[in-house]
Amino acid sequence: MNTLMAKPKKRRRPIGKEWQLHLMILLPMVFLLLFAFLPMFGLRLAFVEKLSYKKGIWGSEWAGLKWFRYIFTSLPEFKRAFRNTLFIATAKLILGFPVPIIISLLLNEVRSKRYKKIIQTLIFLPYFISWVVLGGIVKTIFAHGGAFDQFLMFFGFHPNTIWLQNNNSFVAIVIITDIWKGFGYGTIIYFAALTGIDPTLYEVAQIDGANKFQQIVHITIPCIMPVIVLNLLLNLGSVINANFDQILVLYNPLVYEKGDIIDTYVYRTTLEGSSATNYPIGSAIGMFKSVISLILISTSNLIVKKFTDYRIF
Amino acid sequence: MTKTKKRHRKDSIGYIIFSIFNYIFLGLVALLCVLPLVHILAISLSSKGPVEANIVSLWPKGFNLDSYKYVFSTNQFWVSLRITVLRTLLGTILTLFLTICLAYPLSRPARQLTGRKIYMALLIIAMLFSGGLIPTYIIITDVLKLGDSILSLILPCGVQIFSALMMMNFFRMLPRELEEAAYIDGADHFQTLIYVVLPCSLPIIITVVLFSVIGHWNSWFDGLIYNTQPEYYPLQTYLQQFLKQPTNSSMEMKFNEISDSSLASANIFVIMIPVLIFYPWMQKYFIKGITLGSVKE
Repeated sequence: MNTLMAKPKKRRRPIGKEWQLHLMILLPMVFLLLFAFLPMFGLRLAFVEKLSYKKGIWGSEWAGLKWFRYIFTSLPEFKRAFRNTLFIATAKLILGFPVPIIISLLLNEVRSKRYKKIIQTLIFLPYFISWVVLGGIVKTIFAHGGAFDQFLMFFGFHPNTIWLQNNNSFVAIVIITDIWKGFGYGTIIYFAALTGIDPTLYEVAQIDGANKFQQIVHITIPCIMPVIVLNLLLNLGSVINANFDQILVLYNPLVYEKGDIIDTYVYRTTLEGSSATNYPIGSAIGMFKSVISLILISTSNLIVKKFTDYRIF
Repeated sequence: MTKTKKRHRKDSIGYIIFSIFNYIFLGLVALLCVLPLVHILAISLSSKGPVEANIVSLWPKGFNLDSYKYVFSTNQFWVSLRITVLRTLLGTILTLFLTICLAYPLSRPARQLTGRKIYMALLIIAMLFSGGLIPTYIIITDVLKLGDSILSLILPCGVQIFSALMMMNFFRMLPRELEEAAYIDGADHFQTLIYVVLPCSLPIIITVVLFSVIGHWNSWFDGLIYNTQPEYYPLQTYLQQFLKQPTNSSMEMKFNEISDSSLASANIFVIMIPVLIFYPWMQKYFIKGITLGSVKE
């Protein structure tokens, strides 16, 4: 019997032929090389005197850190754009972060399944529409005498500001409409977490005499806390991104003071006017932004890894 | 069981009042998300007088379809529509293909794929760091010479790393026994993927397709920077240019009775129509996809 058992157990071999896997992954890797890694090597452009069309990015004359020194010392527009980017992005994060949490908590208290479904469907809609389209809508609504002004007039106010041409109201509109577009998406995530809470927890709490409000504070919120923390950390990486698409379609020269962000500044001074002389400066600014965003995202991912069992990669 | 319990539970007066306010408040929030679209639709269907007097709110005044007639009579609209449809179709096929090619090998355990760590590292670097606007622009137009062609709208966004990771996670959650059974029957990797893994992965395939379709339909910035001629603009880029200088188009306009904002609104609304039609169906798969993608290990 022993000899029978001793029959060597077949070691689990890898399925099939491994070369097939490498062949499969080859094509996407070529795409990454061309469209992700080649542009990274193209960042040499940030270190050249000027882009020479004959010699290309890799042959142009080396200028060291010249442009990095330049943008930090003698380019007030860049500093302004940097400040605006941080302000707008941080405001969007702070003001926008609680909205989907609150809405999903309220939605969770709705008992009619049908009503819940309808609300969910409607608030998720703006997420699917491009900023070009939404920008057109926002411009129409906030135009002089437009729907927003009519609304104010209905309540007896007589506004004489052109909302999108005033620095402060422009920033407010940018922040509010961005939250408006995105909160439906966030609500879905939190709502999924809420429906996963064990209902017996609530039953026990009811027996203990906890009212609805106490249940929310002591059961619901602690149960979705991991999701909240995770989301917050993942969003921290975006405080250098103020939403290029949105601002590019909404802004105008009158609001550069508070509304011009890094990306719009780079775009305006390089590609929009097709001024190739600015390419090295634009690349330097772009590189600066990429590095900051890399640092932010990796830091927040490290924290996530340390404190939760969730892994992004 | 729990349902009947809930129904019979006694609620305090306070909670009932809260519930009423809650229903009303959420209703208002939801309305806030759709009313702007209704307003745009109303403007696009109204005649010039009421629109310019700003008295159109949610119902068209002086109903007519002139602005839509004008939109559909513009040659550039059809040219751009063709490009958008083409890029959405081809781009989505390419993205789905590349995503599967990336997700399947990476979903194998490291012992089956030597160098899996290296592939993953490359993927993560590409996800976290980018060359930025200018280098990317120069590589695509000067080095790869893709400018002024539909390829510049399809190839650069071919690999969607987020979708690939989502699909990889999905493949990993499939029961191991399926693949082992295929192996015992003598299937190699290609056969396992095509006959065993993909038929079980319809939800994730639909999600990846939807992400790609929405992305292609909505993107406009690539169309703007990689193309020098309006003949190559996709619909969203055409709309963006149109909204930027609406006066240019109204100068050559034959229909003087249409106001600029009606015309702009009609353009805006036409672009939204496909999204609105497929939205209820898409929404379902997006919710599924978001929740699928977030389940790890």
